[in-house]
Amino acid sequence: MNAITAHGVTLASRTDWSVLRPLLGQSIVQTLQMVLITIVIGGALGLVLGVVLYGTRPGNLFENRVVYRILDILVNIVRPIPFIIFLAAMQPLTIKVVGTSIGTSAAIFPMVVMCTFATSRLVEQNLVPVDHGMIEAARSMGASTFTIIRTVLIPEALAPLILAYAFLFIGVLDMSAMAGYIGGGGLGNFAIAYGYQKFDQAVTWTAVIIMIVLVQVVQAIANAIAKRLLRR
Amino acid sequence: MAQTSEATGPIITFDHVVKEFRQRGKAHAARAVDDVTLSIDEGDVFGIIGYSGAGKSTLVRLINALEQPTSGTVTVMGQQVSSMRESQLRPLRQKIGMIFQQFNLFSSKTVAQNVAYPLKLDHWRKDYQDKRVKELLEFVGLSEHADKYPSQLSGGQKQRVGIARALATNPKVLLADEATSALDPETTTEVLELLKRVNERFGITIVLITHQMNVVQQIANRVAVMSAGKVVEQGRTYDVFAAPRQEVTKRFIATAMDGLPDQARIEVMRSQWPGRLVSVLIRQHDITDAAGRVLVPASGQDISELIARHDVRSSLLYGGIDTVQDIAIGAMTYEFTGDADHIDTFLADLARHSDIVDFGTREHPVDYDTAVARAQLAPPLEEEATRTRRTLADDLEMEEQVDDAVEETPTASQQEGSTR
Repeated sequence: MNAITAHGVTLASRTDWSVLRPLLGQSIVQTLQMVLITIVIGGALGLVLGVVLYGTRPGNLFENRVVYRILDILVNIVRPIPFIIFLAAMQPLTIKVVGTSIGTSAAIFPMVVMCTFATSRLVEQNLVPVDHGMIEAARSMGASTFTIIRTVLIPEALAPLILAYAFLFIGVLDMSAMAGYIGGGGLGNFAIAYGYQKFDQAVTWTAVIIMIVLVQVVQAIANAIAKRLLRR
Repeated sequence: MAQTSEATGPIITFDHVVKEFRQRGKAHAARAVDDVTLSIDEGDVFGIIGYSGAGKSTLVRLINALEQPTSGTVTVMGQQVSSMRESQLRPLRQKIGMIFQQFNLFSSKTVAQNVAYPLKLDHWRKDYQDKRVKELLEFVGLSEHADKYPSQLSGGQKQRVGIARALATNPKVLLADEATSALDPETTTEVLELLKRVNERFGITIVLITHQMNVVQQIANRVAVMSAGKVVEQGRTYDVFAAPRQEVTKRFIATAMDGLPDQARIEVMRSQWPGRLVSVLIRQHDITDAAGRVLVPASGQDISELIARHDVRSSLLYGGIDTVQDIAIGAMTYEFTGDADHIDTFLADLARHSDIVDFGTREHPVDYDTAVARAQLAPPLEEEATRTRRTLADDLEMEEQVDDAVEETPTASQQEGSTR
């Protein structure tokens, strides 16, 4: 026998990849699904919220102190909450919106909410340094506020925004690893269920390496795009 | 259109315009523009000069309604912009181009895309856009740089792109906000030449904000001097240059004209030349009011003749003559040597038709400030010193004093000649 027993748990001395390989494949798909849906929806909502935060700042395009203060405080309240706790706290709302509080899709909803708030702050921070002179120039030519946002503000901040989204990708990947706690799938769940809990370091590290590769690829693409944009 | 009959009438009018900015944590607002009434005629190159903080940038932003006045009205091309909503302003703004000190080009767009931007806003067809961009880049001499990004251009080139962009939609008015302040002198001249061509070729009215008097001197036909939010002096450029009434104006002119020596230079000259040091102001023409009445007479026009007639020995030590609107203006400093009485007679004769500043001889020097004060001229002071010294109260006081002084000038210098 090549299995030893400790504390009543069977430790596999050799990982059975014929069983794990399809599970791993499924986990990768689930992770990409969660991350991409979150980045697309949360990223878009965050962009809007970020532009509103930026625009309502004192002295900006549609300055509104009250709206700015409210949004600013809201973002500050939500962002520091650890995602695992946020996941639990959001449960009642998740049931209302998604219909269930367990599974991959139940994980996506709180991820989108958290991603929206995180994105909004990053977008705001990257719009602030855009030279006001360019905005004034566009105004002097008769551009509307929306046109200025679309054709001046965002293009001017595009390189740092792309890097910000790459940074967000990593954050969202981190969030997706916790989906397992509410019955969701993905690489995080795979690493914990088949690696950590089965004392199989090889499985855990396989999941870790796949995530590292994912992050590296995304970061490299973002860097390349940002570099091209900044060379202007 | 009804407006064609008054084509040379005012294209921009300020009527008792006040602009205040609320300050955080302060009880009263800061008044950037203080009761300005001003009109700018179509085809003018109108210079607005003042130190930083004088309110001139705010004033120019009231024209295209980037700022709205606290009270008073601003009328541009017959439309009262001070009461228009943002959406109504858009078509008007396409008729008012603007260029900036920091150029404000879109750094993520190429030169051609920058110039095309206002055309896109105006929904031009793509082929028309391309044609117009080509035309404009040719006009400003940047055709070969169409596909470069602004960061690859020099300051002068950037401003030329700014000008091309501002002209894209065929505006009637071009606002230039310190457009040459970030440029070196040579490039400044280049850009000013271009603005002059814009004015002459297309008849575009230019409103030019600057703190550089030589900019006004080179291209403006009219000038307004701003201090502490008020327009303290305005008129034809030559008139203002030749007979500045306000202290602040005199200081600006001193920065542009090297004619009158400063105190240090007089001391140096006195150490080398023992004779009578006298500066003679040069004004080629009389300054007249609208009715043709002489306000300030020409000066220094008969000096060579008088030197010959009185047979005084003279050495020309220092001077500067420049042209404003093609009219000569400046000052020359001479050393006159010989019999003191003889020179007194000569100077009395000279002072009849000229403004002179008598600095005395090495043996009997006249203190610099006293000499300048007697001649009712302003010494060329450092810009920094004046900036901190100026207050509104000073200006108002000064106005009264100087008003009296202008009429007294000839007699004052005559008296001086006879007392010596």
